[in-house]
Parts: sequence; structure tokens; C-alpha cells
Amino acid sequence: MSARRIFARPARYAAIAPYLWMVLFFLVPFGFVLKIALSQTAIAQPPYVPLFDLWGGREATRAALEQLSLDNFRLLISDNLYILSYLRSLTVALLSTAILLLIGYPIAYGMARLPQRWQGVAMMLVIVPFWTSFLIRIYAWINILQHDGLLNTVLLKLHLVSAPLVWLSTDTAMYIGIVYSYLPFMILPLFATLAKQDPALLEAAADLGASPRQAFWQVTFPLSLPGVGAGALLCFIPIVGEFVIPDLLAGSNAVMIGQTLWLEFFTNRDWPVASAVAIVLLVLLVGPLLLYERVQHRQLEQR
Amino acid sequence: MAAPRINRITPFNITALALGLAFLYLPIVILVIYSFNASRLVTVWGGWSLRWYYEFFNDRAMLDAAWMSLRVGAVSATIATVLGTLAAIALTRGERFKGRMLFSGMLYAPLVMPEVISGLSLLLLFVALDAGRGFWTVTIAHTTLTMCFVTVVVQSRLGAIDRSLEEAAMDLGCNPVRAFLFATLPLIVPSIVAGWMLAFTLSLDDVVIASFTTGPGSATLPIRIYSEVRLGVKPEINAICTMVIALIAVVITVASFVSKLSRTQGENAVPL
Repeated sequence: MSARRIFARPARYAAIAPYLWMVLFFLVPFGFVLKIALSQTAIAQPPYVPLFDLWGGREATRAALEQLSLDNFRLLISDNLYILSYLRSLTVALLSTAILLLIGYPIAYGMARLPQRWQGVAMMLVIVPFWTSFLIRIYAWINILQHDGLLNTVLLKLHLVSAPLVWLSTDTAMYIGIVYSYLPFMILPLFATLAKQDPALLEAAADLGASPRQAFWQVTFPLSLPGVGAGALLCFIPIVGEFVIPDLLAGSNAVMIGQTLWLEFFTNRDWPVASAVAIVLLVLLVGPLLLYERVQHRQLEQR
Repeated sequence: MAAPRINRITPFNITALALGLAFLYLPIVILVIYSFNASRLVTVWGGWSLRWYYEFFNDRAMLDAAWMSLRVGAVSATIATVLGTLAAIALTRGERFKGRMLFSGMLYAPLVMPEVISGLSLLLLFVALDAGRGFWTVTIAHTTLTMCFVTVVVQSRLGAIDRSLEEAAMDLGCNPVRAFLFATLPLIVPSIVAGWMLAFTLSLDDVVIASFTTGPGSATLPIRIYSEVRLGVKPEINAICTMVIALIAVVITVASFVSKLSRTQGENAVPL
């Protein structure tokens, strides 16, 4: 029996505590979301009709199962508000991810082409803003974008505009905020794949007569696609459910699904509908989530 | 492995990098500068002043919220570091075990899961358990989120370590637990420290999950900042933000100092 095999047994016991924790605080709660999504709204504390109680015996459980209702889900389909906010979330996430890729790729490429000893410094410089509070970074942009903020002041001084422009509460502001907050998540996986590439490949391409442009599109870019995929998923999934950024920076005429959920929960106190919104959002994200898990798995566990 | 033809500095590379870094840092620099502005109007420069810092230290509600956040951050980061390190050990050293796929799935999903979903689901659990909401519910919620980040950080380090050290320790008569404690653990301490710091700053930053899981009278600092920001820009908020940035800067400096104690970490870029 190899040392590794002997080592594996106690290592498996290490899983017990985190396993139980995640089952109790990550997996089980989804059961409650589903249960409450299927129950009826009530004006009470907590604001829903309790569905069933597992200790009530089989009869009680059966009676409760007959009460399950899909009303909340029917509401989501029948009311345009919900469909529109799901669509808006997907559009915003797709567009933001595309912009992030366009901005993040050149930066990651520039980093990967730096001399080796500078690469670590550059990576640190990209990570540091990720550590500083995300809320603060959004707030910093409000400082800049507000009516008499820095951006308008500069534009007026340069005589590029004659009157202050409206930046806050627009989609432009929201996209700036999203791109700003998620940029490190896009750059780092891209940089990781670009920096790993063997420079000899490009030399070979050049020896075979490829121009730098051809070499980029036929060698560098295709080989960096795993990084593109990882970065895109790392940005797309959380942006779909984003709440704080659109709430602080976008206008109120269109809302994203995270805002709808928040409104139903905190303002309307309609917990069952909020739960139904969460379930549908989760179902929409299952595909990307599974894809992300596979990427993450490959990256961390198969070295 | 020098490759002069590839790793050269071209105008394009430098411009892309410089613009990117300016985009990342400029807003923060501006925020910090304005926090020292004497004028009540945020955008009119009225000279240097510490007035807004003084205001913060006289704002009882803000101070309470800051204290609450620091406690939640410290306690949840500590629990998350213990659990996340254990999870990383199981994933890198446990070979195959029953439920491994589910285990790693539960640990990777929260990294990207929209916060509104995590927050709502945990709140419904706490309500069902009839748990009084406040310090402990927020702490548990933050632990659940941040232990996943700790797992990834520690796991990427553990995966890169030469296992022959452990094997040598076992050949010399150590049992696996002792071999791990004396041969491997010292090598991964820097990543464990980095994991704690990351967990702490993530906790200090969270608005959404905390809003769902906290109770009346126990708002965290981000919740208070958030409700003030919704009403518009205030110089006092600039001062608070600057202090949070300063605190986090100290945390990062310590973390990078500790991780310098063991190099090679840069080679295993953690996708954070």
C-alpha cells in the first residue's frame, strides 16, 4: 500500500466538518426556497402560509402536498414585469461580458508579454483593487459621475460640452460600474492561460512565414480560449444576479432580476414570489454553473 | 527561459497596461483625495481638512456598525479558514471518496452564485429554524460564502507542493497526521493566512447577504454605507471609505509579506 493511499484515509475525515456545514447552510436552504416558492402569500409573520411540517405524520404531509401551488410561478409567466427583468438581466450580463473581454484581453496580453519579473508586480496591481471594497469602488464612481462631479467638470473645462451631461441613473453608468467591478475577474484567468503559452510556438509561426497578426489569430488566440471561457463564466454568472450596481447606478425605468427579487422581498414582503424568482433564476443559471464547475475542477484538481 | 522576441515591451502592450491600471486606480485615488476636502459640497475643493473623519468618530450609529462588521469579519474569517483548509486537504489528499463530486460542487458554486440567491436561501433557513437574526446569522452566512474562497486558495497551494516530503516523513515513521502537521502544514501557512485575509475583506465588503440575514438593530458597516449612498454622496462616506481602504491596504501588505516567505505562489495564479 503506497504512502499516498495510507495518507488518503485521514485526509478524507477532514471533509466531514466542511461537508456537514455546506449541506446544512448551502444545500438545505435551497429546499426551503423551493418549499416557500410553492406556498401561498399571507399577511403574517413570516409572510407565507406554512406548508408542512415534517413532524406532522404522514396524513399531515399528504394534506400539505395537496396544497402545493404553482400560483407563484404562473404569476411570473403572466406578468410582463418578471419576463422583462429576466431578459434585461441576460442582456446586461451578455453585453457586459463582451465589453469585459474586449477591455480585459489587451490588458492580460500586455501583462503576459512583460518581462517575467514584472509579471508578478502587474498581477498584484490587478488584484489589489479586487481586495478593496466593491461597494466603495461603486461609490467612487458616483463621486465621478454625479451632476457636478469630476467627469462633467473636466468635460466643461475642456469645452467638450456646453452644459453638464446626465451620467448617473443611466445604463452607461451601470455598464461602467459593472465593467469596473468585474475587470480583475476577467483579466486573471486570461493572464493565467496567456502567460503559460510556450513562446517557441510564436517563433515557429514566424519561421513559417506568419505575420505577427496571423500568428496572434492562428496561434495565441485559439490557445487562450480556455482562459476566455473561464473569465466569461466568472463574470457572466454573478452579473446576471447583480443587485447593488444597477440599484445604485442605473435608472429606475428598467430593473434587473436581482432588483426584482430584492423588491419583492424587502418592499412588497412577498416571500413566496421572491422565492419563485430565485428558483427561476437558478434554473436559468444551471447550465453556466455546471460549465463553470467543470472549468474550476479541471484547473484545481487535475494537475 | 528567456524569450527576447516575445517578451518585449511594445508601445501597444504598455499603453494597454497603463490605461487598464489607470482605469482601475483613478476612481479610488479621487475618492481618497476628496475625503480630505473641507467643503461640504463634495466636488468643490475647499482646502485640506480632517473634518469628515472627526464627524465619523462622533457618529454613534456608524461606529456601532463598524464594530459589528469587524467582529463578524474576524469570527467568520476564522471559522471559514478552519473549514476551508480542512476541505482543501480532503480535496487534494483524500483521493476518491463517496460524494466527492457533490462536495467540490458545493464548494465551487458559491464563488459565482448571485448573492441575492445565497442571501434569500439562508434567511429562509434561519426563519425555518426560528433562529434570532443578528450577529450569529450574519457570521454563519459569511462563513458559508468565504470558506469556499479559502478552499480555493489553500487547495491551489496544496496541489503544488512536492508530496515526497510527506512520504519521506512517513517512511521515517510518522503517521499521516504527524507527517501532515510537521512536513506539509508549515509550507501552506502563507496560503492559510492569505485565505483568512481574503475571507475577512470579503466579509467586510458584503451588503446583499448581510441585508438578508441580519436583524433589526444589527446593521453592518456596508449596510449603513449603502443606505447613505442611496441618498447621495456625502463627504463623511468618503472618509469612512478611505479608512476601510487603509485597513484593507494594511491587510494586503501583511498578506503579501507573509506569502513572500514562500515563493512559487505566483506560479499558481488563483482565479480570483
